[in-house]
Amino acid sequence: MPTAQHKRILVLALFAGLVSLWLATSTGGTAIPATEVLTHLLSNDGSTHDEIVDRLRLPRALSAFAVGGLLALAGAFMQVLLRNPLGDPYILGISGGASAAVLGVMLLGLPAFWHTPGALVGALFSTLLVFGLSRGAGDWRSERLLLTGVVIAAGWSALISFVLSISPPVRLPGMLFWLMGDLGDADRPLLPLLLMSLGLAIGLLRARDLNLAARGLTQAASLGVNTARLRLELYFLGALLTAAAVATAGAVGFIGLIVPHMVRRLGGTDHRILLPAAALLGGALLVLADTAARSVISPMQLPVGVLTALLGVPTFLFLLHRRVRT
Amino acid sequence: MTVLLDVRGLNVTIGGKPVCEQLDLTIEANQSWALLGRNGAGKTTLVHQLAGLRPVEAGRIRINGHDLTELSPKARAREIGVLLQHSSRGFGASVFETVLSGRHPHLSTMAWENAEDHAIAKRAIARLGLDALSERSLDTLSGGELRRVELARLLAQETSLCLLDEPMNHLDLAYQASSLDVLYQTYVAPSRAMLMVLHDPNLAYRACDHWLILLGDGHWRAGPRDSVADPALLSLTYGHPIERIDSTHGPVFMPRTSLEGAPDNHDAAD
Repeated sequence: MPTAQHKRILVLALFAGLVSLWLATSTGGTAIPATEVLTHLLSNDGSTHDEIVDRLRLPRALSAFAVGGLLALAGAFMQVLLRNPLGDPYILGISGGASAAVLGVMLLGLPAFWHTPGALVGALFSTLLVFGLSRGAGDWRSERLLLTGVVIAAGWSALISFVLSISPPVRLPGMLFWLMGDLGDADRPLLPLLLMSLGLAIGLLRARDLNLAARGLTQAASLGVNTARLRLELYFLGALLTAAAVATAGAVGFIGLIVPHMVRRLGGTDHRILLPAAALLGGALLVLADTAARSVISPMQLPVGVLTALLGVPTFLFLLHRRVRT
Repeated sequence: MTVLLDVRGLNVTIGGKPVCEQLDLTIEANQSWALLGRNGAGKTTLVHQLAGLRPVEAGRIRINGHDLTELSPKARAREIGVLLQHSSRGFGASVFETVLSGRHPHLSTMAWENAEDHAIAKRAIARLGLDALSERSLDTLSGGELRRVELARLLAQETSLCLLDEPMNHLDLAYQASSLDVLYQTYVAPSRAMLMVLHDPNLAYRACDHWLILLGDGHWRAGPRDSVADPALLSLTYGHPIERIDSTHGPVFMPRTSLEGAPDNHDAAD
């Protein structure tokens, strides 16, 4: 029985998602009256506005939505795995591994189709590296894990600099923008949307297990959770969702940190509510951030990763400060 | 008598060090067991072993006639409940949500807790005196309050056997007494039993009718408390001289310390 508060959180998240998409399709260099957007979405009259909405803004907005949802879910899963609200694919170096792998694929000149599998290999490898190295004896210590993640991320960024320095100069601006987290070329939202739904579906099947695992894996095992399997699923899902996000939009940081925290603050600590709400709010947040990124200094465009970092860095510091105090 | 837990020939080691060798243990319904042993003897490891949280090295454990290793994790969690030594706050779920999570092994994968589960959780919260804290986040609780939340969660799990690792941690005297009463009323009952790790032989004597002592080198003693509660055995167990003083309220076990008989220096210092 979801409580009234649970329902309010879901309605709010859904509303935020819809409003963000509506704003994203109406805002931009060519302002399209908000009331017209729906007509353009539903019909096809061949007008310029129709083209802009259907071909440019909607695919980009949906891609942003999917990437935001993917990252928020990946963050929520990693936080359970680490039992630490500072878990985030970007901070732990998972995004870095995926980015380096995709750059490698770009350098080899392989078609864009290979970005997602490449990113998955990079993300999985990075996950194994971070968790394997910080395991040590017994359970993970959060500090050790975060430190390992930060150092691995630094390693990836060195590798990325190396790839960039040997890349042909004409491809550099594109690669750089993509690295900072950019949705300029994200016009195929279908695969990321499907993967986000898959991640959400698996997460919902395991939602009660996640609630228990958040209080410790031994505790969860004593209540009947198959923790070995759960841990494996969380590793793999975390890496897969991060990889799909990175392949679509590069390394967008901090969404996985900010959004689950926001939902918990609203009262949604139960993962049966937290996961769908985080997917919707993560999507909404990135759509809004991307709309702002392409509007604030229009006609120039900012990479959206710059904006999410501006929001994420203070959130991280706030959470860290609060944890140290308690 | 109904046998709940039947352990035969169990070997447990931790890091190559023996916790118990060839342990035979029969816990019957209506019994309350104390698990005693010095620091590092492996009490927590044995509790995890009996709860099915570690793989069995040698021997077998049966709960209510089922081999523990053959039960699914959820079926096992419907038979055996565990209070871990350390309670965790997680991500700040509410007291009610946490107690309700004790119903997990009784629910199918996608099910939400129904009205009956809510009623069970509410009763458990009331029995541990947590009504006023029901909506509070675990983040805001004291250590003792958190301990009582875990105990309430355990009640809501409704298992036949309950294993408690230092249940009195963080509890003040009043809550020790009342929580012990609740545990006793709940688990010393037909078709139910409990085993608790305790540090104080006096509390163990009052609260438990059977003792299991780990000597620290793989040897163990088990049986009705009066057959085991021997000062010589306790002295050996703790590696420290312990005397038994019989009073009108039953025996008292006293560790010998250098404080006794030492000159009272307070007055001299003033």
